[in-house]
Amino acid sequence: MSSHNDQVQDLVSDWKSGRVDRRTFIARAMAIGFSLSMASALLLTTDATAAGVATKRTLTSKPQGEPVKGGQVIIGLSQEPTLFNPVLSNLEVDRGVQYAIFDSLFRIDDGALFVPNLATEIPTPGNGGVSADGLNYTFKVRQDAKWHDGTPVTAKDVLFTHTTIMNPDIPSPIKLGHDKVASAELVDDYTLTVTLSEPFAPFLIVWSDTFIVPQHILEGQDLLTSDFNSTKPVGSGPFTYVNRTPGESIELAANPAYHGPGPYLETVIVKYLQDTNILYTQFKTGEVDYTGIQGITAAHYEEAITLADRVINKAPTAFVEFIYPNFGNPIFQDIAVREAMYLAMDKANIISQVYLNIHTPSETYLAETSWANNPNLAVHEYNPDKAKETLEAAGWVAGDGGVRGKGDLKLSFTNSTTEGNDVRAQAQQYLQQTWADVGIEMKINNMPPAVIWGDYYNKSQFDTVMVGEISGVGGDPDATARFASSQIPVLTGAGKNTMQYSNPEVDQLLADGAKEVDQEKRKEIYFKVQEILRNDLAVLPIFHYTFVEGTKTGLSNFKANAFVVSNMWNVADWYWQA
Amino acid sequence: MGTFLLKRIMQSAILLILVTVIAFGMMRLAPGGPEALYAVGGNMKAEDLARLRKSFGLDEPVHIQYVKWTTGMLTGDWGRSYRDRRPVTAVIFERIPATLELTVSALLIAIIVGVTIGVLGAIRQYSVADYAATVGAMLALSIPTFWFGLMVIYLFAVRLGWIPSGGRQTLGEPFSLVDRLHHLAAPALVLGLVLVATWSRYTRAAMLEVIGQDFVRVARAKGLSESRVLFTHALRNALVPLVTLAGIQLPLLFGGALVTESVFTWPGMGRLMVDSLSYRDYPVMMGILFITAVLVIIFNLISDFLSAMLDPRIRLI
Repeated sequence: MSSHNDQVQDLVSDWKSGRVDRRTFIARAMAIGFSLSMASALLLTTDATAAGVATKRTLTSKPQGEPVKGGQVIIGLSQEPTLFNPVLSNLEVDRGVQYAIFDSLFRIDDGALFVPNLATEIPTPGNGGVSADGLNYTFKVRQDAKWHDGTPVTAKDVLFTHTTIMNPDIPSPIKLGHDKVASAELVDDYTLTVTLSEPFAPFLIVWSDTFIVPQHILEGQDLLTSDFNSTKPVGSGPFTYVNRTPGESIELAANPAYHGPGPYLETVIVKYLQDTNILYTQFKTGEVDYTGIQGITAAHYEEAITLADRVINKAPTAFVEFIYPNFGNPIFQDIAVREAMYLAMDKANIISQVYLNIHTPSETYLAETSWANNPNLAVHEYNPDKAKETLEAAGWVAGDGGVRGKGDLKLSFTNSTTEGNDVRAQAQQYLQQTWADVGIEMKINNMPPAVIWGDYYNKSQFDTVMVGEISGVGGDPDATARFASSQIPVLTGAGKNTMQYSNPEVDQLLADGAKEVDQEKRKEIYFKVQEILRNDLAVLPIFHYTFVEGTKTGLSNFKANAFVVSNMWNVADWYWQA
Repeated sequence: MGTFLLKRIMQSAILLILVTVIAFGMMRLAPGGPEALYAVGGNMKAEDLARLRKSFGLDEPVHIQYVKWTTGMLTGDWGRSYRDRRPVTAVIFERIPATLELTVSALLIAIIVGVTIGVLGAIRQYSVADYAATVGAMLALSIPTFWFGLMVIYLFAVRLGWIPSGGRQTLGEPFSLVDRLHHLAAPALVLGLVLVATWSRYTRAAMLEVIGQDFVRVARAKGLSESRVLFTHALRNALVPLVTLAGIQLPLLFGGALVTESVFTWPGMGRLMVDSLSYRDYPVMMGILFITAVLVIIFNLISDFLSAMLDPRIRLI
């Protein structure tokens, strides 16, 4: 039984000792699940560390040179972080600040490896941290970590964080995963053992996204009304909260007592700029050193890459853009319709003309860099004639206005997405055209985010939506909440299967996959899941999102990480080159 | 006087209640809700979202929610923001300094420049200067604020680098009055310039009306100097409608300068309103609405009093 980290580390040590040549390295890396580009990146990483550069433990797997202390970085965001309590908010915009102020037991680095943060080691079957049956986990907390007020961090804080998240009166968005815990026990001040009700493979990933909060401050307080949430957050992370100018900025200062390597920057300022055009303008004039959410949009991309003294980073993400059909609508229950919709989608041109080739096409819900991504799925082809044939053969004949019908049903439906996103609107219009050519009538009905992602989406009131989502917990392939028939909110009140997709074979496979702890066997299971989903066209995948962000030249150790929601994940390692 | 005040207060109370009922109801009727924000990105399941709605108090019938809100308001508890759960009073009041800065500066610019142009136009009616001022006013009224603001940023910030492209201060630096003024210049000028148009037209019209009246002719006949005639007698009477205009504009600018605030990323109440709208942060929205309504009422009252002081013919009944 080998863990993901073990396989990667075996490969790296084989390379360092010269047992494998470059070609074999790449082949084995791809077998573990890395795509070709990631395998090459892994090779470069390994070379850098082998050359003995920066022996300090960093959160990143690719340290660049000797870090220089001092300086300030201004991070521009087009949304405002306001809720800093990591138990109450996991929104991307808030997570960025939380990464600076708080620690988690471990983090996922940009090479998809777990790196210990507050924990002394990653629990594995090898070191006894995970029991053979996958039900017992032992977390060992490091003894030199302190809260920003000087109190030591202990395993009691970890336990407190967990019980607070699971508290039924607290609407925490990160209960998923923590709800699998049957019991938790403090062995001593620095050791916590947790027993699950059933094996849950993504359990460690859940903890990599769980920031630890201080028991001695929050215990006994009414969490929902506490000052801690947005004016006095106290963490154990690399930066302390200084102050906030509402509507404008948040100031953070380096934590001199931080247990880890870094921080090197003296001050971090998170600036709120509301509008992506203004964010880009300030990046251009140098008033912002790094464009966070929403990064550099397709509208500015062509100019951005020509700017002097700026580095434009294209980062793969785990987000995939889909068309979700609602299986509650009888039209979409016919596989011929879904196949025809997919055949009549001009994916290549949508990506190249509308999105300027920033993103890459996708056939599955998993990121290209995921170890479980199935590279053997059927490849999309744009074939309107075949679409027409498929529909004809299934009995959908052209009616008045060229729109097809079958019996009482008319092949006419709406497609909705977030209003105000001009680029997506263009993609929708193009789709509308190519679908009309084969006799499918699609009407566009866009709404503001607070409307569309409310009941309209959650209670499956839509026909189709165009949406960008991550389907597994933290990029893990376990997508039970998205595709299992028990997870249809409008029917069972639980889950995220708003498409109302139901396939017993997929249900069984997903259940097996969540329990299986052996990476190799899990991979087989999820390969099968992706194959079925692709052939069934439960959802129509369009592309993998590539996030485009800009940094000022000289900002080192900025690392785009596809496995976390915010690229401020390693702000402790950033520094300005001298 | 006493009865007058009492009547006004009662009228205002009824008006406030009406405004809040309509606003409250409309907000709840609009589709979507604050939990939608969490539904997109998070791992929240349907029951988690239901729990979230409950923590916001949204699971109760609308009229119960309204009663709770009103009783809260009367005791000073304006509720808590859905976004970060801080008290609404704190969220709104911390924006007031920035808003006042922008609003008062813009209005001062508008009044000083606008009244001057208007008076000149009235005195030298049909002269070249007058026509130029008229055309200028039409231009300023027709140009959309956001376009004008963006052009100013593009020309003076991006191309020439003379002014910062937004915000209230240079971040990370200690407080400096020069820095603050540097940042205030562009947004105040942009907002002010649009208002100059209104002020100059009103002033010109009011002055012309007054200058044409008999008492002015009498004053001139008596041999008074022209400047005394114009400024002590004519302008003072022309001020009455202008005071009313100020009374209307100030409270509206307070929460309504949102276009200028958005373009220059000025952290004022206008932007808070826009952000709260997209998050469906009902408590904050109601708070801003309430304050704006109260300000409108108060300023109308003040301008009524001032008008009465300036023109004894106006009686306050």
